[in-house]
Amino acid sequence: MNIHEYQAKEILRRHGVATLRNIVASSPDEAKAAAQELGGNGPWVVKAQIHAGGRGKGGGVKLVKTPQEAHDFAKAIIGKPLVTHQTGPGGRIVHRVLVEEGCAIDRELYLGMVLDRATSRLALMASAEGGVEIEEVAAKTPEKIFREAIEPVVGLQGFQARKLGAALGLPGGSLGKFAKFATGLYEAVLATDASLVEINPLVLTKGGDLVALDAKMGFDDNALFRHAEIRAMRDPNEEDPREVQAQEYDLSYIGLDGNIGCMVNGAGLAMATMDIVKVAGGSPANFLDVGGGASEEKVAAALRIILADKNVKAVFINIFGGIMRCDVLASGVVAAAKQVSLSVPVVVRMEGTNVEQGKKILADSGLDVTAAVDMADGARKAVAAAKG
Amino acid sequence: MSILVGKGTKVVTQGITGATGQFHTRTCKEYGTQMVAGVTPGKGGTDFEGIPIFDTVGEARAKTGCDASVIYVPPPFAADAIMEAADAGVELVICITEGIPILDMVKVKRYLAGRRTRLVGPNCPGVITPGECKIGIMPGYIHKPGKIGVVSRSGTLTYEAVHQLTGLGIGQSTCVGIGGDPVNGTSFLDVLELFNADPGTEGVILIGEIGGSAEEEAADYIRREMKKPVAGFIAGQTAPKGKRMGHAGAIIAGGKGTAADKIEALKAAGVKVAASPADLGTTMRDALAR
Repeated sequence: MNIHEYQAKEILRRHGVATLRNIVASSPDEAKAAAQELGGNGPWVVKAQIHAGGRGKGGGVKLVKTPQEAHDFAKAIIGKPLVTHQTGPGGRIVHRVLVEEGCAIDRELYLGMVLDRATSRLALMASAEGGVEIEEVAAKTPEKIFREAIEPVVGLQGFQARKLGAALGLPGGSLGKFAKFATGLYEAVLATDASLVEINPLVLTKGGDLVALDAKMGFDDNALFRHAEIRAMRDPNEEDPREVQAQEYDLSYIGLDGNIGCMVNGAGLAMATMDIVKVAGGSPANFLDVGGGASEEKVAAALRIILADKNVKAVFINIFGGIMRCDVLASGVVAAAKQVSLSVPVVVRMEGTNVEQGKKILADSGLDVTAAVDMADGARKAVAAAKG
Repeated sequence: MSILVGKGTKVVTQGITGATGQFHTRTCKEYGTQMVAGVTPGKGGTDFEGIPIFDTVGEARAKTGCDASVIYVPPPFAADAIMEAADAGVELVICITEGIPILDMVKVKRYLAGRRTRLVGPNCPGVITPGECKIGIMPGYIHKPGKIGVVSRSGTLTYEAVHQLTGLGIGQSTCVGIGGDPVNGTSFLDVLELFNADPGTEGVILIGEIGGSAEEEAADYIRREMKKPVAGFIAGQTAPKGKRMGHAGAIIAGGKGTAADKIEALKAAGVKVAASPADLGTTMRDALAR
């Protein structure tokens, strides 16, 4: 789960991470009032709040010199889609802007924390190449990224932070501030089960202070059960409505842009099913894992969600029943077909527990469902059916 | 021969009184596995279909001599359960539970360092040595005793591979699900080492997926040390970047962990990589024939 910049800054600030003063606004008038409340002579920075990077280049960030300019810029972007390289061509609708005081920038740096899977530890990453995409830095000049793995028993140590600060070439007087900043970041991660924090850029001001000019946080979905406060920060506007609906049924669904709807049990088999659709010359419309022990209701909900996608021209159901029984799957398909008409061809490949009963239920239902003998056969038939 | 589990393995179920724990304890017992004990705090002194239940793993081990544990306890308590089994000295801990917070597993990994306990999983189907011992949630009947080792990050995709092998008349020595989480116990590399040393294993199927670099590390080991043919498949060739594909660990992050990179690394190490998941069995058969 991801959150907005303004929410991330709020969390980080509570853990001692330095940010600039800011106010979130959801209308042009609020944006103007925010600039006035922040006071000073400006300039202020007005930033579109969407869950995607590249907002600056996409025209979603502006330096304004008067509160009226803040108003006008907010008016120009709120309620309209903002397109960046991460949003796709449709962009995301801007619902809020963050109005923030300006600062005198000396240097732009990068600081982030992620899980290092190879060592099973959190790692603090820093680079002097701030303000640009860190993936690019990692790909082109990996030597410019410095890392410190954190020993979980003792946590982030001051010397580790100072080491990174020195590697970034910070002036001696700023090392202590950097250590405090990094420690705050680490504490915020521990307190919220964040799976990712990125401060890009982290700014060294002309006054020698370190502040988070931007902030991005993502959270471990598996840990959300113990963070009601983080759950409340979810913004459904930022999520694919199909994915939101699937979550209600505890289904794992990812929307894609192909035309073969896929329903599968198990994440690995679901990915493999998308792959085999491609091998057969088609393109998957989605990833969908109904889970190991899916009920009839879940299967029916899954089929409804798949069929609601107007791009879907055929559905491929691929089930290897281990825990999941094929008769339950078949009953779910029949139940769903009663609620929504099967507007497109459906190909079913079933194997495993109670497969004969499952096949019988489908055959007796009178539904127009094509049976497949194996995965490859099912993919071929689904692709052919989608072509009409 | 086989690896990790066999006829002599004695298993304790942690979380034996939950619906999942009960169901799978029963099916594993029916398969022939020695299910000797169960643990549910507060239910000590009772039994589940004749299997004695204890309050602690330590007590279960002392009374029954169990040397393997299988964990079905819910995610908020699973990390604690793994550490309890390790503290009791249980040699093999298989954690089926899906959805354990990553930071809990970071602590567990550190706790296990230097201990003799081996963890398999979490978020995995378990381990089976066909005809001898089944620990976990895989359907037993699709397996057939034989000489192919199977190691995988996925559950149902493993069943798919096993089903194809059995259909071709090729049996399995041991099938190990290492799980789909970003922080897990036993790695591909660990299992490959065991298969390499096992006289009962003549070839290995390795099933990976997008995310992390465990397949690349496995490829490096295969290139240097592996004496047996390896067939492979990587799921997620069509997965979009930055999206978590069901498994917590299946995500292409920062351009790293793509299927293409993993396939390239495996091929460079001499692994026969199946282009389609429908060809897992035949790819292994062809690799054996060479």
